[in-house]
Amino acid sequence: MASTPILNLPPAAPPPEPPKAGIAPPPVRAARKRRSPAKILLWAVLLAATAIFIYPLLWLLSASFKPQSEVFDNRLIPQTPTVANYVEIWNAAPLALWMGNTVLVTVLAAVAVTLSSSMVAWGFSYYRFRGRNALFFLVLATMMLPGAVTLIPTFLIWNALGQVGTLTPLWAGNLFGSAFYIFLLRQFFLGLPRQIFEAARTDGANDWQLFRHFALPLCKPALIVTLLFEAQAAWTDLMRPLIYLRDSNTFTVPRGLKAMVDQFGFAGNWHWELIVTASVITTLPMIVLFFLGQRHFIEGVATTGVKG
Amino acid sequence: MPGTRVHTLRSRNRRQTRNALLFISPWILGFLIFTLWPILYSGYLSLTDYDVLNDPNFVGLANYRELTQDPRVLLSLRNTLYYAALSVPLHVGIALLLALLLMRARRATGFFRTVFYLPNMTPPVAVGILLLLLFNGHNGLVNAVLGFFGIPGPDWTTDSTWIKPGLVLMSLWTLGGSTIILLAALNNVPRDLYDAALVDGASAWRRFRTVTVPMISGTLFFLVIVNTIAAMQSFTEAYTAYFGAGNTTYSNDAALFYVIYLFRQAFEYLNMGFASAMAWLLFAIIMAITAVQYVVGRKLVFYEGEDGG
Repeated sequence: MASTPILNLPPAAPPPEPPKAGIAPPPVRAARKRRSPAKILLWAVLLAATAIFIYPLLWLLSASFKPQSEVFDNRLIPQTPTVANYVEIWNAAPLALWMGNTVLVTVLAAVAVTLSSSMVAWGFSYYRFRGRNALFFLVLATMMLPGAVTLIPTFLIWNALGQVGTLTPLWAGNLFGSAFYIFLLRQFFLGLPRQIFEAARTDGANDWQLFRHFALPLCKPALIVTLLFEAQAAWTDLMRPLIYLRDSNTFTVPRGLKAMVDQFGFAGNWHWELIVTASVITTLPMIVLFFLGQRHFIEGVATTGVKG
Repeated sequence: MPGTRVHTLRSRNRRQTRNALLFISPWILGFLIFTLWPILYSGYLSLTDYDVLNDPNFVGLANYRELTQDPRVLLSLRNTLYYAALSVPLHVGIALLLALLLMRARRATGFFRTVFYLPNMTPPVAVGILLLLLFNGHNGLVNAVLGFFGIPGPDWTTDSTWIKPGLVLMSLWTLGGSTIILLAALNNVPRDLYDAALVDGASAWRRFRTVTVPMISGTLFFLVIVNTIAAMQSFTEAYTAYFGAGNTTYSNDAALFYVIYLFRQAFEYLNMGFASAMAWLLFAIIMAITAVQYVVGRKLVFYEGEDGG
C-alpha cells in the first residue's frame, strides 16, 4: 500500500518536485560510517516519544479495570482486574442517554456542515461573478475572529428561539457552512478539470445536477475529511454543552464527564475509578473513528498546514 | 445580430451570478445571523450592563474602565500570556524535532505518524482529567518517573507555581498534529536543493539551516500563529481540571485563563456586558500579537520566487 495522496490539492506556490519519502539522505558512504550511534539515538528518541504519546492512553485503559484502591498504583497490568467499574458506571450516570445525545449531535453536525460547506465551496469555485474574491476574503476573515466575540450574542439568539436546554444549538449553526471547510473544499473543487463540467452541461445537466451528480462524487475524499474532522469536533466539544445544556439527561458525553469530575472528583467522593472509566468510554469512539479514517485524518491534517 | 448576443451574454452572466449566490446563500445567511449581527451586538453589549433577565442598561465605557481595575482580568491575562509564551515555542520546536527524526525513520514513518497523532483524538475533557491524574503530586505517574531518576517532583496540580508548567507539559502531548504538518512540509522540500548543498560540501547542520529551515519557514510561521491564537483562547483542559461546580478544595487562580474568566463572567455571574468588553479586549490583544508575529515573520520567512530570506 503505497501512500497515494487522497487529498490532491493544488499547491498555492509553484509546484515543487513531487514529494519523495525520506529527507535527502547524506551520501551512502557517510550514512554507513555513522550508522550505528546515530541510528541507535534516532530509534531511542522515537521509541521514547512513542511511549510518551501512547502510555497515558494505556494508563487510562488499565486504570478503568482497577478497583478504587488501585487506580493510582501506576501499574500497567491491574493487580486485581475487574470490570466492576463498567457495570457501576451505568448506575452512577445516565451514560446511555449521554451516548445517544452525543451520537445525534455528532451525526447532525458533521452531515450539516459537510452539505452546506460543499455547496458554498462550489459556489465560490465553479462560478465567476463580480465581488467573488472580496466575498471569499470575507469567508477567510471570519476565521480570524475569536469565538469569544460572538459567544454571548449567539447564546442570546438561541435563547430567544427557546432552544437553550436542547441539543439544537450544538449543531444547527453548521447548516450555514464553516469557513475552514469551505476553504478546504474549494481548494479541492478548483483542482477538478473544468472540461468535465462543460461536457456535463452540454449533455443538459442543470446547475444543481452539475453539483450533485458530478462535483460532489468527485470530491469524496475531501467530503470524508470534512465529515471526520467535524465529527471529532462535535463529539469532543465541551464549551457549548456547558453553555446550552442544563438538565443532565440532555448532556453530551464530555459534558457528562465534566459533571462526573465535579461530583466524584472534587466534591469529596473520590471515585476516580468511575471518572477514569467514563474517560475511556468518551475517548474510545474517537480512537475507533481515527482507525476507521486514519489515512483521511493524516492526509487532511497534512494538507491544512501546507497552505501556509 | 450583435444586439441579441450581448443580451444573451448578459442574461447568462446574470443567471450565473444568481446561481452562484444561491449556492453561497447558506454562508451569507449564516454570516449575517451568526457573525455580523453578533459582532455588532457584542460591541453594543460591551457598553451596557446586561444580565439576560433585564434589558441592557447603557453604561458607556464603564465596562472597559472596569477591565483595567479588575485584578482578575490582569491575572487571567498574565496566566494566558505565560502559557502561550511557554507552550507555543516548545510545541512547534518539539514538533519540528520529531518531524525531522521521522524523515529518517524510513518505512516506519507511517507507524510513528499514526502513534504521534493518536493523542489528538483524545477529547480535551479527558486530557484535563489525565492532567489531574498523571501530574498528581503524591501518586501521579510523572512524579513516579521523575523519582526513578532521583528527581523529587513538585505538586504539579496544587502548587500555584507549578500549575501552569503542568498545563504546558500536558498540552505538548497533543503536538502530533503539528508534527504531521511539518512532515508534509519537509517532504515538499525539493531534493535537488540538498544535492546542490552536498556538492558544495555543506555539513548536515548547514544543510538544515540553509535549505530545510528556509523551505519550511512558511509552515513554521503558520504553526506559530495558529498555535498562539489557540493558546490565547485555551479553555477546556484547564477548566476541566481546575474549575467547575465541585471545586472548592484549593486555589485555582494560577489556572485562571482569560477565556475561563470570560466564560465565568458571562455564564456563571451573568455579567454579559462586562464579558463582552473582555471579548473585545481579547480580540484586540490577539490581533496585536498576530500583527507583530506577521511583521517579524515577513522578515524571517522565505517565500519561493523572492531573492532571499
